[in-house]
Amino acid sequence: MGAQVHGTQEFDAKKRAEVKFSDAAMETVKTIISRYPAGKQKSALLPVLHVAQAEFGGWLSPEVMDYVASVLNIKPIEVFEVASFYTMYNLKPVGKCTLEICQTSSCWLCGAEDIIKYIEKKLGIKVGETTRDGMFTLKVAECLGSCGTAPMMQCGASFHENLTYEKVDAIIEKYKSEGRLRSYTDLDYNNTL
Amino acid sequence: MGRKLLIHNDKVPGIHTLEVYRAHGGYASVEKALKTMTPDQVTDEVKKSGLRGRGGAGFPTGLKWSFLAKPEGVPRYLVCNADESEPGTFKDRYLMEKIPHALIEGMITSSYALGANTSYIYIRGEYFYVSRILEQAIREAYAAGWLGKNILGTNYSLDLSVQVGGGAYICGEETALLESLEGKRGNPRIKPPFPAVAGLWGCPTVVNNVETIAAVCPIVMMGGEEYAKIGIGKSTGTKLISASGHINKPGVYEIELGVPVEEFIYSEEYCGGIRNGKKLKAVVAGGSSVPILPTELILKTAKGEPRLMTYESLADGGFQTGTMLGSGGFIVMDEDTSIVKNLFTFSRFYHHESCGQCSPCREGTGWMEKILKKFLNGTATEADVDLLWDIQSKIEGKTICPLGEAAAWPVAAAIRHFKHEFLEIARNKKFNDVSHYERLKKKTVA
Ligand SMILES: Cc1cc2nc3c(=O)[nH]c(=O)nc-3n(C[C@H](O)[C@H](O)[C@H](O)COP(=O)(O)O)c2cc1C
Ligand code: SF4
Ligand code: FES
Repeated sequence: MGAQVHGTQEFDAKKRAEVKFSDAAMETVKTIISRYPAGKQKSALLPVLHVAQAEFGGWLSPEVMDYVASVLNIKPIEVFEVASFYTMYNLKPVGKCTLEICQTSSCWLCGAEDIIKYIEKKLGIKVGETTRDGMFTLKVAECLGSCGTAPMMQCGASFHENLTYEKVDAIIEKYKSEGRLRSYTDLDYNNTL
Repeated sequence: MGRKLLIHNDKVPGIHTLEVYRAHGGYASVEKALKTMTPDQVTDEVKKSGLRGRGGAGFPTGLKWSFLAKPEGVPRYLVCNADESEPGTFKDRYLMEKIPHALIEGMITSSYALGANTSYIYIRGEYFYVSRILEQAIREAYAAGWLGKNILGTNYSLDLSVQVGGGAYICGEETALLESLEGKRGNPRIKPPFPAVAGLWGCPTVVNNVETIAAVCPIVMMGGEEYAKIGIGKSTGTKLISASGHINKPGVYEIELGVPVEEFIYSEEYCGGIRNGKKLKAVVAGGSSVPILPTELILKTAKGEPRLMTYESLADGGFQTGTMLGSGGFIVMDEDTSIVKNLFTFSRFYHHESCGQCSPCREGTGWMEKILKKFLNGTATEADVDLLWDIQSKIEGKTICPLGEAAAWPVAAAIRHFKHEFLEIARNKKFNDVSHYERLKKKTVA
């Protein structure tokens, strides 16, 4: 009950009522909005969606998108339009760690294809799938600006570069043991060129 | 050793902090500009320097600035394009990550020249951690009075902030970037009007690449004329080159424009030659969009002159035998590389990144990827080479933004210079794939 059609998705008004930013997230959102002139708060949409995705489990449900619309005082469809255009927003649930392996030229030249196959085998999933325990989602990505340190993959805020099978093993082991959601907005990245 | 103006301090410990950056002469261009020059004088120096946009198109920066409309009572904006998504390009990331204050200093000096009191750095979402580094540097700059009200006690004020994108190559196109900055889908706008007249929120706006803006600092310090003495002809100054692929020393190199391509590839100062002692096969010299060239044409022009790392020399011979400096994304391929498969990675990329507004781009990129896939699974025929050629030839000039041609050019160039590879696959009905990971692991060089 309470379900209605929202864009292309099911929308649950009851669930929607439970969606709310924490105080800390709300502070961040307010800071973001303050960067734009009065009345131009829609500009905050992309960064705010990142905050929302990190806050609400790694993806943007219709209820979350609807909530973001209410926070920014714009129409729900304006949020859906944007969330569905950009690759970094997940419109379906994903694992706690989304591994995104670059497959473009420079990375391919340095063995990205083999890295992808290796991870598929190791995790027992194909690109686009999530492990049964909900820990890992495997994705391919297009050039992530790490071509000189290819092959590479991104997970949340972290860039893992000059990948080898051994490095992949260590990364997956580490993430598994930590077991938490990895978001682009994380502060604990460890990236060095 | 060539002169370095942008990343000469990249190895200095703590250079990402205001204190160390300042101790190494940082923010001097802000002092000089705000205290001793009028905004127009700054623009004049940039004009004299011959600086050309480092984002890919190479448009003269001073000229672009002079187009900015200045109606009374309407705010003007400077927006830095840090979307950096052209495959093979990672120089802006390097600069922002290592020396964030170099970009901030450039933003202040440039905003002053343009009369902008609010400016934005639009950075691709995947560089989220770099946005943190920039934001930290911006906080430092505010605290020290380099940003905010009445900078250095003058009546010039500037607010600067960073906006992260959501993952979309097309947002590097300047009008798509502005749409995205307004919180919308990254659909490029029809031009005119140009951003200089109606840009961000309909106000006059200049969009410049990270490296372009950072280059304004040394230009102000040394003077446009001195800067113009570096380089050759209309290719003035230094340029960051992102070198990747089958080379011994991939990385970001700052070169004086004019270094011979051969020296860039083989000297120890730069790429250090081809990995594992292999032979060079081809180079994509300026990011995925520019035409690929085989060894003989990248090292020498069709006239037999040494090819130089300048806008003009790389373009010598037009698209028949030349290419472009583009974004400076220099991708090197050795003799064991399949040009067809490399092209497939590009075409897959453009298909993925087309915003979908124009049919020739939306459909054409999809068809090109599909046909190339036929080559990889051995089902392509010789007629497919002609079909591929036909499709690419029908995109250029028929789209709202240049992504269409950026997708078409690599296809045309691969067929132009490596048609035999396509035909061989079609005739044999078989594509011989190699595992680059395995073969590169075997180091044959002592
Ligand atoms: C599809 C497409 C992608 C682009 N991506 C970038 C980019 O990532 N970074 C950039 O600076 N310019 C990019 N550009 C060029 C910009 O549209 C614009 O020319 C540039 O930001 C102007 O700055 P400049 O004059 O300092 O180079 C792109 C253009 C197109 C058509
Ligand atoms: S050329 Fe392609 S990317 Fe550019 S506006 Fe048209 S469809 Fe969009
Ligand atoms: S090609 Fe993989 S990061 Fe650029």
